[in-house]
Amino acid sequence: MIKVRAKKNLVTSHGPLCLEVDFEIPDKELITLFGPSGAGKTTILRMIAGLTDPEEGLIQVDDEIWFDSAKGINRPIQERQISFVFQDYNLFPNMTVRENLEYALKDKKDGGLIDEFLAMVHLTELRNRKPGTLSGGEKQRVALARALLRKPKIFLLDEPLSALDLELRLKLQDEISALYNRFKIPTIFVTHDLSEIFKLAHRILIMDAGKIVRSGTPGAMFGEDALSGKFKFVGNILQMDKEDFLTIVTVQIGNNLTKVVATEEEAQDWRIGDRVVVAAKAFNPIIFKI
Amino acid sequence: MNFDLNPLLLTFKLACATTLILVLIGVPLAYWVSFTRRKLKYLIEPLISMPLVLPPTVLGFYILLLFSPRSFLGNFLETVLHVKVVFTFLGLVVGSVLFSLPFMVNPIKAGFQSFPNSLIEASYALGKSRWETLLKVILPNIKPSVLTGIVMAFAHTVGEFGVVLMIGGSIPGETRTASIAIFNEAEALNYAHANFYSSILFLIAFTILFILNVINRKGLKVLS
Repeated sequence: MIKVRAKKNLVTSHGPLCLEVDFEIPDKELITLFGPSGAGKTTILRMIAGLTDPEEGLIQVDDEIWFDSAKGINRPIQERQISFVFQDYNLFPNMTVRENLEYALKDKKDGGLIDEFLAMVHLTELRNRKPGTLSGGEKQRVALARALLRKPKIFLLDEPLSALDLELRLKLQDEISALYNRFKIPTIFVTHDLSEIFKLAHRILIMDAGKIVRSGTPGAMFGEDALSGKFKFVGNILQMDKEDFLTIVTVQIGNNLTKVVATEEEAQDWRIGDRVVVAAKAFNPIIFKI
Repeated sequence: MNFDLNPLLLTFKLACATTLILVLIGVPLAYWVSFTRRKLKYLIEPLISMPLVLPPTVLGFYILLLFSPRSFLGNFLETVLHVKVVFTFLGLVVGSVLFSLPFMVNPIKAGFQSFPNSLIEASYALGKSRWETLLKVILPNIKPSVLTGIVMAFAHTVGEFGVVLMIGGSIPGETRTASIAIFNEAEALNYAHANFYSSILFLIAFTILFILNVINRKGLKVLS
């Protein structure tokens, strides 16, 4: 069980922000943090890791207290058994793939552990290559293997797949899912991608302006239970054209564009760039903002 | 014609000793200046760079005063530890270390400051201490900066004149380095001798800068 209660005043590109959160992660649960950029998602991961100090709060992992402002406890990052996977991989360019993994171990005698991890993320062939020569997907696999080698108490992933193209992202989602099922380490996954949430998350915390505004299962959060749609896609509004009393909304879903008709009344609160769900209920497609 | 090789050997010895000491001082100092949040660094940083703008004779003059047997420090060193600094090789090393300090520290500092903080955080996140991160992650990745510092400090020490003359004078075999020998020979109108030393220093300087360029170009390739 991981308990996080933290408060910190931040200055973001959108102005000052008071980050204040209080949540728990039961053992073996994978939760995602979802929300607009600047909502404080990365800061939460950094506070758990010990890279940023909360002004007030308590961070407890099992029965270890990592941070407690009341008692003046603040364990340095090196003493918190975390693993952090970053968006830009952060592999050490002077080390080979294998050396990057070795660096994560306390003891050089690994008893074949490194080879096992290399095989698990399909990198055995590339073990003697330097990170500079790898593709984005390969780099992130190295980073995942390196992070998990440490046998962390909590696994923190900060938009790990957002720099990859769609196809690779889907593939790595499967791999992360497989790795998670194998190790069952409590995991916090920051993402903007709904497909990642539906594929990976047990529970989702939706953040806005420094607060957790809603939480629940992905299905409950995004209306799956409330709607018996025959099909449903999430996309972004690219364009809105008014024609008489109707509005034609162009929505990007993945790499496809689709046009959906909405009434003027429905479309009046929508803006270009909004995330929407396009669903078909029986015969007529319906569209609403999320 | 018989050339005295001693000044060249002495110069080489001085440059090696100075560079070695500067690596040991320069790396920690550059690390501290780059990463500390203490205000003190705003005082230390300009002090490190002072030799870049200060006339060498000024620096030499104050070192001379500081270590003269009449000063407290010079007196203490000489009577208690029996160490003489002025007009000795040791004095040259002390002066050279201070005078070449910015040439070692500034490139390494630039290397530290341009090194991505995220890689340092990644290393800490893997449970590694600052020391291990410095040795295994930061320094190997800023090798071109460290090498630039080493080469620049070495080259600068080889070409030093003012500080050496102020602190060391011109004692053959002890403090008469190549640059001082050139001055002496030219003053005595021994142009052949002056030319001998000058041409060798010229070649050394060119070779050093040539190597430096090669290192930096390779370094850029590795990082990109």
